[in-house]
Amino acid sequence: MNHVVVEKLKTRFADAAFEFSEFRAELTVVVPKEIITEVCQYLKEAPELTYDSLSDLCGIDMNTPAKRFGVIYNLYSLATKHRIRLKTFCEEEDPTVPTVTGVWGTANWHEREAYDMFGMDFQGHPDLRRMYMPEEFEHFPLRKDFPLMGIPGSLPLPKK
Amino acid sequence: MGLEQALGDSFLTTKLEDAINWCRKNSLFPMPMGISCCAIEMMAFAGPRFDAARFGSEVFRFSPRQSDVMIVAGTTTFKMAKVVRKIYDQMPDPKWVIAMGACTSSGGMYRTYSVVQGIDLFLPVDVYVAGCPPRPDNLINALLTLQRKVQKGESKGSSTAIIGDFTTHRHPVPSAG
Repeated sequence: MNHVVVEKLKTRFADAAFEFSEFRAELTVVVPKEIITEVCQYLKEAPELTYDSLSDLCGIDMNTPAKRFGVIYNLYSLATKHRIRLKTFCEEEDPTVPTVTGVWGTANWHEREAYDMFGMDFQGHPDLRRMYMPEEFEHFPLRKDFPLMGIPGSLPLPKK
Repeated sequence: MGLEQALGDSFLTTKLEDAINWCRKNSLFPMPMGISCCAIEMMAFAGPRFDAARFGSEVFRFSPRQSDVMIVAGTTTFKMAKVVRKIYDQMPDPKWVIAMGACTSSGGMYRTYSVVQGIDLFLPVDVYVAGCPPRPDNLINALLTLQRKVQKGESKGSSTAIIGDFTTHRHPVPSAG
């Protein structure tokens, strides 16, 4: 099944710079962020692929000078019972990634979580608010440069 | 019943304070602030096997306005701290707080940015309970410890002494209408 996905992606997006890798029969595709929405739409709607379920979407901080932040999409096809993983990366200076909420509705909250924890700006997201941390919180706690015990004073407690 | 047998037709003298505190300690209504897994043990504490009702802590009140002691059972995050404090502020004086479990007392294993490292940072705590989670027996022990404190008229949170002056309130009661 993996090689079918690879062939179809190479045919449909002929001039795109994909990176394919396989580990223990799991296919991972690194996708340029500019075409992530189109790739997701295609993978969902192509008749033999039908990755109709986004089982998870999460952010990652690679802590590298280039391509620091990433988003990982885990897709599942209910018809073929096959899974693939997509990755896309963005720069620290420009942490923007196009949203996939138009493809899978469940991406709405997942992208809010990734924004809350890493500060990625999902462009086109209908409601990009914080998910877990208080609205007035100014930091992104799962970034590698965020101290474990937090920044003193950033989360106020009620007066004793 | 036991009293008549012991005293016959005689009578007993005591201070009004002691009598009121005796009544209070044997009718502590808990406010169940069950935030996470400790709440399961807190339910067992109230259930028939361990039966907190034996000690007069008969009924769990799900309204802070009708309760005497708040059992904070679970990991308290910074986001939840505001809620816990707001509920505590609605309890009428005199009031007490039991910090149940390691997370509530000290942050426990959650040594991280999002968890308050002990609710005594924003609440006056009367009794701490060790354990992760504590067994219901341990919570009963905390209740008995609290009863001894109530009999002595101790409360960390109430502004007034437990008995006597009801004219000053730490949190003024808004006038009706």
